[in-house]
Amino acid sequence: MGIALRVLAGAGGGYAVAALFTAALSLGLPMPRAEAVLTATMASFAVYAAAIVWAFAAPGVLRAWAGLAAVAAALALVLFLLQGHLP
Amino acid sequence: MKDGFRQSMAWLHTWTGLLVGWVLFAVFLTGTAAYLRPEISYWMRPELALSRPGPHNAAVAVAAMQEIAPASPAWFITLPDARETTTRVFWRDPAARGRGFRSEVLDPDTGRPVAARDTLGGEFFYRFHFQLHYVSVLWGRWIVSICTMFMLVAIVSGVITHRRIFADFFTFRPGKGQRSWLDGHNVCAVLALPYHLMITYTGLVLFMMMVMPWGVGTAYPGDQRAAFNAEAFGNPPQRQRTGSAAPLVPIAPLVQEAQRHWPGSAIGRIVVANPGDSSATIQLVRADSARISNNAQSLTFDGATGALLHASGTDRPAAELRGVMYGLHIGRFAGPLLRALFLLSGLAGTVMVATGCILWAVKQRQQAARQGRIGFGTRLVEHLNIAAIAGLPFAMAAFFWANRLLPSGMAERAAWEVHVFFIAWGLCLLHPLFRPGRRAWAEQLAAGAAGFLLLPALSAVSTGRHLLATLEDGDMVRAGFDLGLLACGVMLAGLCWKVARHRPAPAPSGRTAGQAPARPVADLPQ
Repeated sequence: MGIALRVLAGAGGGYAVAALFTAALSLGLPMPRAEAVLTATMASFAVYAAAIVWAFAAPGVLRAWAGLAAVAAALALVLFLLQGHLP
Repeated sequence: MKDGFRQSMAWLHTWTGLLVGWVLFAVFLTGTAAYLRPEISYWMRPELALSRPGPHNAAVAVAAMQEIAPASPAWFITLPDARETTTRVFWRDPAARGRGFRSEVLDPDTGRPVAARDTLGGEFFYRFHFQLHYVSVLWGRWIVSICTMFMLVAIVSGVITHRRIFADFFTFRPGKGQRSWLDGHNVCAVLALPYHLMITYTGLVLFMMMVMPWGVGTAYPGDQRAAFNAEAFGNPPQRQRTGSAAPLVPIAPLVQEAQRHWPGSAIGRIVVANPGDSSATIQLVRADSARISNNAQSLTFDGATGALLHASGTDRPAAELRGVMYGLHIGRFAGPLLRALFLLSGLAGTVMVATGCILWAVKQRQQAARQGRIGFGTRLVEHLNIAAIAGLPFAMAAFFWANRLLPSGMAERAAWEVHVFFIAWGLCLLHPLFRPGRRAWAEQLAAGAAGFLLLPALSAVSTGRHLLATLEDGDMVRAGFDLGLLACGVMLAGLCWKVARHRPAPAPSGRTAGQAPARPVADLPQ
């Protein structure tokens, strides 16, 4: 059960983190927009791999999920702000 | 805590590796073969003589396309180079089924379809290694990309697992059962680790816009992929068809102009949009063998006037980095020596995956021997190991046999070569049901060895040109390929011999005298 939750965290949660990372950096990197997209997308697989490693290395299943959720939330907030919803 | 971390990584390494190990093995082996795509294609078309590319190839190809597909909205012409002896053309045909493309392989000197047997040649291994077969292109690419992601995780966790990564490089203890498999796995993995990491990561990058489309989707809202491609890679925007006819300008002056732009390197591809229309464009792309980066450099001319419209190939860093990753993966820039190293590294990766899968089965069997019961999972893995690892080389040999034996006028001949490949592989999947493990290994390896060792002879009989004749003619590609086939056969025969005369090490529970003390558990992938 614990393993299944970690697999889900790594595969699904990790992908979500990588996708949010890619989207946020594509908008946020200070370079021409095509370059930002390429840079962010190329780096995304390293982020994905790191997220999967975290999902299995975290001391507990809850910590694994909480860590990914925190990063995802932070990235989502950055993305939200970058999309023009600046306060 | 530290050991807990290492153990969880060992777990991750084992399961990511095992779950997709068989796919990865096939991808690695066929991908390694794809480094020799032009040579395989040449060998599989024995009717062709070695022709050298010349400056006339471009004009011949364009003239041929005007005959073959005058109404097509776009032609894609790949010119021959020092290794590829044919001109390969694709063109858009809205009436064609599937993705709306047709293709043909042309004689570079006459522009006629090559007078050779119908075959996919090396193109089959190349396509299979990233999109499989019998599944749609999209599904195949997704499956391979997901397996590649598994591979990346397996590499990262594998590196973390090995605390003695440098020492492992120099450690090989043969004839010690499980420990030898582990050493073999480590040597292959560590020896070519930069290559494995490079080939895996760049493999993901090749399909990154399919797998990870969220960046481009966010930065280019709506469906603006064309705008992205134009900005990122400098492709000129497409021109709308005007409907008024205008003949294409002769291509030779354009080629000369391109060669002034890129001194010393040839033109690799020609893309013609809207041929015959006044909106036609002719794009000349620099050969990708000219430099590492595959970030295409191109010149676009007006097809009706010959005026230079656009020069692409921005040297912006991210686009160039992607181009370098692309170029490193396909390795087309590599000269013979470097290509040989790529080939060896690819084989090391293949062996790494194979030994990893075998290692799992060997460990399970030793545990099972202690418990006195062999589970279904162990049997399944052992079975699939045989079919994948010993079966695939045999299937590849069968593919080459089919190329020499199927009648040349046969309908769907090229497709049947591929069917024979999968039938042979399928037989290898059934065969272990009827033979106990070691026998199945030995017999499939022997069949593969025989298949490869006899291929030069079969080729000599069926084409009338034997190894000595090709050597005398100075056709080093064909002669070298025959020798390479023999080398593959010798390798498989050597493996078969090892398997056949192998006596299993006594079960570790027996605590046999002379057995080396076990390594700490944390050192072994669990």
